Amino acid sequence: MNYNWNWRIFFDASPEGNGTYLDMLLSGLMWTIATALCSWFIAFFLGSLIGVLRTLPSKTANGIGTAYVELFRNVPLLVQMFLWYFVLPEVVPTQLGDAIKQMPDAPFYTAVVCLGFFTASRVAEQVRAGIQSLPRGQGMAGTAMGFTVYQTYRYVLLPNAYRIILPPMTSEFLNNLKNTSVALTIGLLELTARARSMQEFSFQVFEAFTAATLLYVIINLVVVTAATYLERAVAIPGQR
Amino acid sequence: MTSTPMPAPSVKESVADAAHAPRDAGLQPGSLVSGVPAAAPGETMISIDNISKWYGDFQVLTNCTTKVAKGEVVVVCGPSGSGKSTLIKCVNALEPFQKGQITVAGTKVVDKTTNLPKLRSRVGMVFQHFELFPHLSITENLTIAQRKVLGRGAEDAKKRGLDLLARVGLSAQADKFPGQLSGGQQQRVAVARALAMNPVVMLFDEPTSALDPEMVGEVLDVMVELAKEGMTMMVVTHEMGFARKVADRVIFMDRGEIVEDAKKEDFFGSPRSERAQTFLSKILQH
Ligand SMILES: Nc1ncnc2c1ncn2[C@@H]1O[C@H](COP(=O)(O)OP(=O)(O)O)[C@@H](O)[C@H]1O
Ligand SMILES: [Mg+2]
Repeated sequence: MNYNWNWRIFFDASPEGNGTYLDMLLSGLMWTIATALCSWFIAFFLGSLIGVLRTLPSKTANGIGTAYVELFRNVPLLVQMFLWYFVLPEVVPTQLGDAIKQMPDAPFYTAVVCLGFFTASRVAEQVRAGIQSLPRGQGMAGTAMGFTVYQTYRYVLLPNAYRIILPPMTSEFLNNLKNTSVALTIGLLELTARARSMQEFSFQVFEAFTAATLLYVIINLVVVTAATYLERAVAIPGQR
Repeated sequence: MTSTPMPAPSVKESVADAAHAPRDAGLQPGSLVSGVPAAAPGETMISIDNISKWYGDFQVLTNCTTKVAKGEVVVVCGPSGSGKSTLIKCVNALEPFQKGQITVAGTKVVDKTTNLPKLRSRVGMVFQHFELFPHLSITENLTIAQRKVLGRGAEDAKKRGLDLLARVGLSAQADKFPGQLSGGQQQRVAVARALAMNPVVMLFDEPTSALDPEMVGEVLDVMVELAKEGMTMMVVTHEMGFARKVADRVIFMDRGEIVEDAKKEDFFGSPRSERAQTFLSKILQH
């Protein structure tokens, strides 16, 4: 293989004119992190709501929850990204559609919403499994004390369910983080997109993607470490 | 989540403890039922009126009718699967039923205008598996419903909770978590938690059958005391010693029916039905 390794490439000015290639990758990293965090916020709350719906003693609520999960879990993420970005602005009233298209950072907001709704379906499944793994008597005890359905979930079921599903939720968080790279297809300048432009400008494909890989690994390690601390912080005394 | 109970403190140990640092002092003198007017016998507290319940095609309860007067202690017994749990869970509407009516302290359970959470908050319930909230400390277990359901202030709730905890002899465990207590201790906390709501009625669903034998006594002690103080109680249990000691009436259920509903003396003296006789002879053999 005839390849000119050049690890100094990161300190060369990028053709975009504002900083080095390294700056370019780091700016991509920032978009990746921002997208991951904002979409996780939606995924966590919406997913919890949907998961709870699937455990309520109401056929309608179960139906809505199940329909949501099946829809968002079974359509490929890439397709969902295109639907949100290209199709949605065309099918809503013209004024609203135009407003969406002219929004600054439209790829960012679209990616956040798309990933949030997609990951919510996965979070919902975790939350449902967590709640269903609790002894039936727990909900009954809450109800018997006079808690409303909301209070039973808020004070009894969810605090226990979240503790149980913390490890799989960490995986979902990491999946969500990695899925941000799909947003390059709608023009979000996140880490993978930036590595690709670096490679196109400089032809240093290995350096560019080695750097991107390293950055992904580092944030994954940070997340895993944080999750370990969180698990310890919320561990219940007296439980294995 | 199953909590693994700690090794049980033997009776000897708990006596020794009581002499020094009272880690588990057992039942303490004082009142368990402050806030509940002393029993004025005669007045009906629970009225179960011809209720029937089905799970699909399977009939769990068939035309069950009985009354529990204020201050009365009624023991419900019968073979496993006979519908005892289902019946008492109907009393606080934890289980819906298709036919009949239940009235608790004047409030109808089947009535669109009934505020069920409010009704339930006045009916204390103790479960076979304790069902303390594992993520909350003992103090929080005792106060959370007082605060969130009754709207009591944090201070008041804590005072009431800790008073009751002291009464069941567990003051030293206030800051522990349920998983750090033995089964008997958890069940005593569960009784205190229910009492903290100032219930007018207490329901017990086999409160000692998940306990190691050496812990049964400490829980029964609390229940006996409660009965003596005039609490209205419906107790599903096979502890016939408890029934003989404090029950006013015994209800015997079989296959979803109330087969026998008699004064304690009559029930133990000469059960009328053959099914009750067979059942009694079986459990009294041990
Ligand atoms: N959720 C349920 N669905 C179907 N059958 C049930 C359900 N809960 C209880 N049963 C049945 O109802 C009967 C009475 O149960 P239960 O009240 O728990 O009896 P007991 O407390 O006397 O042992 C049993 O035959 C049991 O299998
Ligand atoms: Mg039972």
